[in-house]
Amino acid sequence: MPLDIAWPPGSLHQVPYWVFQRDDVLAKEQAAVFRGACWHYLCLEAEIANPGDYRTTHVGNLPVVVARDAEGALHAFENRCAHRGALIALEDGGNTKDFTCVYHAWRYDMTGTLKGVAFRNGIAGKGGMPKDFKLDEHCPRKLRVATICGLVFGTLSDATPPLEDYLGPEIVTRIRRVLNGRTPEVLGRFTQALPNNWKLYTENVRDSYHASLLHLFFTTFEVNRLTQKGGLIVSESGGNHVSWSAIEAGAAGAEYAQQQIRSDSDFRLADPSLLHGFQEFGDNITLQILSVFPTFVLQQIQNCIAVRQVVPRGVAQTDLHWTYLGFAEDTPEQRLMRLKQCNLVGAAGFVSMEDGCVGGFVQRGAAAAQDQLAVLEMGGHAAESSDTRATEASVRGFWKAYRTATGY
Amino acid sequence: MLNEIHGFQAAYARCIDDDRLEGWPEYFLPNAHYRVTTVDNHRRGLPAGLIWANSRAMLVDRITALREANIYERHSYRHLLGLPFVEPQADGTARAETPFMVARIMRDGGTELFVTGRYLDVFARDEAGALKLLERVVVCDSSRIDTLLAIPL
Repeated sequence: MPLDIAWPPGSLHQVPYWVFQRDDVLAKEQAAVFRGACWHYLCLEAEIANPGDYRTTHVGNLPVVVARDAEGALHAFENRCAHRGALIALEDGGNTKDFTCVYHAWRYDMTGTLKGVAFRNGIAGKGGMPKDFKLDEHCPRKLRVATICGLVFGTLSDATPPLEDYLGPEIVTRIRRVLNGRTPEVLGRFTQALPNNWKLYTENVRDSYHASLLHLFFTTFEVNRLTQKGGLIVSESGGNHVSWSAIEAGAAGAEYAQQQIRSDSDFRLADPSLLHGFQEFGDNITLQILSVFPTFVLQQIQNCIAVRQVVPRGVAQTDLHWTYLGFAEDTPEQRLMRLKQCNLVGAAGFVSMEDGCVGGFVQRGAAAAQDQLAVLEMGGHAAESSDTRATEASVRGFWKAYRTATGY
Repeated sequence: MLNEIHGFQAAYARCIDDDRLEGWPEYFLPNAHYRVTTVDNHRRGLPAGLIWANSRAMLVDRITALREANIYERHSYRHLLGLPFVEPQADGTARAETPFMVARIMRDGGTELFVTGRYLDVFARDEAGALKLLERVVVCDSSRIDTLLAIPL
């Protein structure tokens, strides 16, 4: 049996493989990361737009209800009856006045506060709860809730800093760039079951080095043949990042399309309308991948806007939830383009399907490598912003935030 | 018509399972709509798809991408189709609903149930009178796709 190698203290460019493999590591993460001082994406405000609307989700293995009360305020609480621990809400979402646990009919309001206990006073004077039983001493754990641009985040910890401080100004600016001033509408929801540890996906999202090497769709069809500028932003904490690329000013729109037609590639799209997107932000940025530690992603790939939420289901199993977005302000032509460009992403995505299997390749490839370290030295050893994407700086940033959160 | 649709469905599944994917778009009309979605999205009327095409050319592009660009572990499907429920329409087209199960056979020899669902089809005839798909909405019963969806359903 190889011994688990020590993680060199403070190192961000070396990662021991046991961190993807051990039950005790996942248990620690559930406490220190998922129930710790981090903000976790819960849902979109648009998904619970009306009083009484609710959604259920997970923060790590913590089942959560997110609800809007009669006054319009948002609440989130553990989806666990304070009596015997059963799920309080069983559906993905809906509209309700209150929540009643099916097991013994304990009833909760939209804030997760216990309001009623069945047969509290017994039947015909017999049984019932003790006289000193107090409803307000029993309720599932409540999460703090904060929103930005219609994204709802929650945290169980009182130590989590305010959401915008946690994100950092550069991340806030780029969330606003994509979502601000518009009304998101859900175009579809899909779940991709990844055969790997959750961190292999959150690393992958931050790995700007692999994009043009693993995902060959754009290269094969020579869509990226124009010199693209781009860069990488890593937040102060390390855990949040933005990777972006832009076509050079002047090469936009029709000129850019003409360049594709003049491509020397053997391969052309038979229906190039897939890539005839519209200028949505006025800045020529065609790709912006944004992550928030630990498990949130906001994606703009051309006109395909989506949020991704990562939920571990075991040491080597992860659910990746995709929510594709349009906006109420979309013209019919713009909406059509978004639907077409959904082909780029998701479980069947031209530029993302590889991410569904590559984590599994690492999980299987490193199965016997508990005494080995993965190497993350592209672009140096630091976790800093850069004007190139040929770097692993934001992956190192993830490990910086991870080591801070877990104490590993 | 019913016999013709039986034969069409059998040939369609055989085309994919035999890895003759270049022939797959030929089952569609040039202006066909093809979409892979889930029963949850379908029930809610959400329009996005895992795969979404409004032209046969987009299906051609998907096969070109699978062959030339996309990277995934070698695997194949085995489609088992149920009996189609066919409703001829007054305009000469036909609507059909056909249940399916698809097993996925991986490179290492393992076989597992990959997806079950229904084809919601609109059949029409091309200029030569051949039966083709004007629309195929593939409604998967589960909302979860394991690993990836490369080969079409």
